[in-house]
Amino acid sequence: MSNPDDIEELITRLAEALAAHLARCGRDAPLMVGVHTGGVWVAKRLRQLLAIEAPLGTLNINFYRDDFTRIGMHPMVTPSDLFSVDDRHVVLIDDVLHTGRTIRAALNEIFDYGRPASVTLGVLVERSGREIPVQADAIGRSLDLASHEYVKLRGPEPLSLEITSKS
Amino acid sequence: MTSTGNTLQVDAQGRLKHFLTIAGLERDLLVNILDTAESFAGVGERAVKKVPLLRGKTIVNLFFEPSTRTRTTFELAAKRLSADVLNINASTSSTTKGESLLDTLRTLEAMHCDMFVVRHGQSGAAHFIASHAAPHISVINGGDGSHAHPTQAMLDMFAIRRHKGDFASLKVSIVGDVAHSRVARSQIHALVTLGAAEVRVVAPRTLVPPGLEKMGVRVYDNLRQGLADADVVILLRLQNERMQGALLPSAHEYFQYYGVTEERLAAAHPDAIVMHPGPLNRGVEIDSDVADGSRSVILRQVSYGIAIRMAVMSMAIGSHAAAEREEN
Amino acid sequence: MRMRISSAHVVDPANDVNQVTDLFIADGRIVGLGKAPDGFEPERNLDASGLVLMPGIVDLRARLREPGAEHKGTIASETLAAVRGGITTLCCPPDTDPVVDTPAVAELIHQRAATSRLARVDVLGALTRNLDGQNLAEMGALREAGCLGVSNALQPVSDTEVMRRAMEYAATFGLTVFVHAEDPWLAKGRVVHDGAVGTRLGLGGIPEIAETIAVARELLLVEQTGTRVHFCHLSTGPAVDMVRDAQSHGLPVSADVAVHQLFLTEQDVDAFNSYCHVRPPVRSLDDRARLRAGVRAGVLGSICSDHQPHELDAKLNPFADTAPGISAVDSLLALVIGLVADNELTLAQAVKALTCGPAAALGIDRGTLSLGSPADICLFDPDEQWVLDDTSMLSRGHNTPFKGHTLKGRARCTLVDGRVVFEASPLRAAVG
Repeated sequence: MSNPDDIEELITRLAEALAAHLARCGRDAPLMVGVHTGGVWVAKRLRQLLAIEAPLGTLNINFYRDDFTRIGMHPMVTPSDLFSVDDRHVVLIDDVLHTGRTIRAALNEIFDYGRPASVTLGVLVERSGREIPVQADAIGRSLDLASHEYVKLRGPEPLSLEITSKS
Repeated sequence: MTSTGNTLQVDAQGRLKHFLTIAGLERDLLVNILDTAESFAGVGERAVKKVPLLRGKTIVNLFFEPSTRTRTTFELAAKRLSADVLNINASTSSTTKGESLLDTLRTLEAMHCDMFVVRHGQSGAAHFIASHAAPHISVINGGDGSHAHPTQAMLDMFAIRRHKGDFASLKVSIVGDVAHSRVARSQIHALVTLGAAEVRVVAPRTLVPPGLEKMGVRVYDNLRQGLADADVVILLRLQNERMQGALLPSAHEYFQYYGVTEERLAAAHPDAIVMHPGPLNRGVEIDSDVADGSRSVILRQVSYGIAIRMAVMSMAIGSHAAAEREEN
Repeated sequence: MRMRISSAHVVDPANDVNQVTDLFIADGRIVGLGKAPDGFEPERNLDASGLVLMPGIVDLRARLREPGAEHKGTIASETLAAVRGGITTLCCPPDTDPVVDTPAVAELIHQRAATSRLARVDVLGALTRNLDGQNLAEMGALREAGCLGVSNALQPVSDTEVMRRAMEYAATFGLTVFVHAEDPWLAKGRVVHDGAVGTRLGLGGIPEIAETIAVARELLLVEQTGTRVHFCHLSTGPAVDMVRDAQSHGLPVSADVAVHQLFLTEQDVDAFNSYCHVRPPVRSLDDRARLRAGVRAGVLGSICSDHQPHELDAKLNPFADTAPGISAVDSLLALVIGLVADNELTLAQAVKALTCGPAAALGIDRGTLSLGSPADICLFDPDEQWVLDDTSMLSRGHNTPFKGHTLKGRARCTLVDGRVVFEASPLRAAVG
């Protein structure tokens, strides 16, 4: 759908929105955490743009999914890699916000690591179809899609967005 | 060669339904278990040592043989997966009153459990339970007679992979009472399947069962020869009963010829690691210097055991869930 | 009743008969083959075209479980299953409860069989009192009560001196000693063949020498005492060789093999299949080949069912906790015919091992179609295919690893003493 320049534009827009939100809420020395796999790709770029010092945390939400009892064990990609979140301002990044279930799982996992001071949610693309009351604090772009349409971030190099249709 | 009930353990989609024996499992599945265990290994170091994966599930530790350490690690593994745990010490309960194994099983099934971890004195007990358990139940073999102890073998493989890397170049020597050891049998299957360069067994002839070479090992009755250039040395516990069965004259003589000391270990590769499933008989199969020495990874084996058991439990319960979903 | 059975493929190895012909029966005996006796008017004419006619099967060893274990089977239930399978004579070992060490128990068994009026039942008496391996049983009285021989069933006689004296005493009364050759110390507490499969499964193995050491001891005692000895259910190739040597040197030695040993090997135990838990254990492919060769050569003169019916629970446990034994009378004929179909045995060899071979070992006037002998007949369809399952098995015990298998060969009519004790209707099953 989009070319690499468009992605760069989305990331830049997201970075600006995040910076604005963090400043407005007075959240400094943020700790960035990306959700595997697409969220990590995006978070890496964002961390550079926002000049965040703390090392990037990564989350594999495999053990926190709500569909384990329906589909069983997923093959593991990489395990979560997160430092202490106690009293930190966590900036949680994912590529696509759709139903909200992934973010629900990610929040549960973050809170098993400790008690953050706050969590800010930034997503590259937000699309229609929320099933859980989750909202992003900063977005790159909003999309209105039908229920049979899906948007996916391809990467890691180059990054591109792909919209597919399942009939 | 027929594998021991492989269609019992693994479903048509290649998912693990029960974990009864290493024999007959594909290499990819074993590697999958090791990889899954890697992701669980970090859980024990977090503030909240739990993941919610098996929340709402009930796991029954059905132990017909007493065992504190194995039962405790299974219990810890289950709790770290947020499952509820029931410990049944069947060696003193209804079975000694004459209740058949099947009846014990049916009674427990009526309590809506999801998984049995079984340890029993008879070879084939875990297979028997898995063959007769209700379809939604997973069975993990915690050790049956002299037949298999697959979770122990997998944690040993995990330790070897962590400390020595890829199996293809490794010479592994298993020293001790292989004839009566379920751990040794499972280790041999695992090492052969994972492609170890050479698997050796070192023991006096009375402790080597017939046809062992067919399992893919070379048998030595001389310790020095058996340890030559070994990268991994696994020691088996020698039980006191062996002295009564006209198998060995004394623990003293066993230590003289088969006990692993620093001096004898010199025959092995300088970077060799020493392992033992525990508990140790110091001065019988192992010298204290070796047990507490730099090459020993014995203490670390315990924590690996929790991660492996978490992996196997979640894979088995997950497979049942997925299969059930596909049926509906 | 006077009967003519026409156009059957008659196989009677004792008299070298193997042809399609007619058979004539009167007063419970065989009175003619091929040609009717003068003035013979049959009251019944059985058209047996397409069927094989052989002497009724003499099953050298079958446990009928009565007295003492009626929950596993009774003389009524097991003789019914037997005649359905073409078996007309069964011989049971003395390990009933109480043991057949008194004439009263032998008489009880004979009476029950007579009441059922199905297959004939013969009995072996105990070698030692209560099978204790120490004190001689009253073999004279047992012989008089009709016991065909004596045996210590599956209990060992470890004391060599006791075995020697027991054999001498048995010989005094002309009794054959039926021996279960197994060294008790090498076999103690073990359940499978001592080989690669047993090692893999972690199940204690009984080595071949457990059988050959016992056979060696018994053969030397035979040489010493001249007692007639029959080795029961041999399981190893080397033991067959030892018996062959002994026979060629003129020793009065015979032997049988249990039908399952001609089929199953240690591989069949591989998934802890408790239906293959038997005593002696099933062994290697080489042993099986040599056992089959032993039957062909006549060294193993009999194939028996070694029938051991069990209730369901007896097999529902981890392997070593299950009771050994297979329920076999329902399938004996079909399995042996299977060996003929696979060219392992000729039809004549198969029939011999089921009829005159065991009859000779027991010393009874059965197992042949000789003129004047009792009309014990098995008429079977060699082509009929059927499935061995809970519906088709008549024995009370359904413990067999052959359950679910499609077998070829089935009895259609059985006569004992000229009396029809089983008849399928129609006589020949529909083809298709």
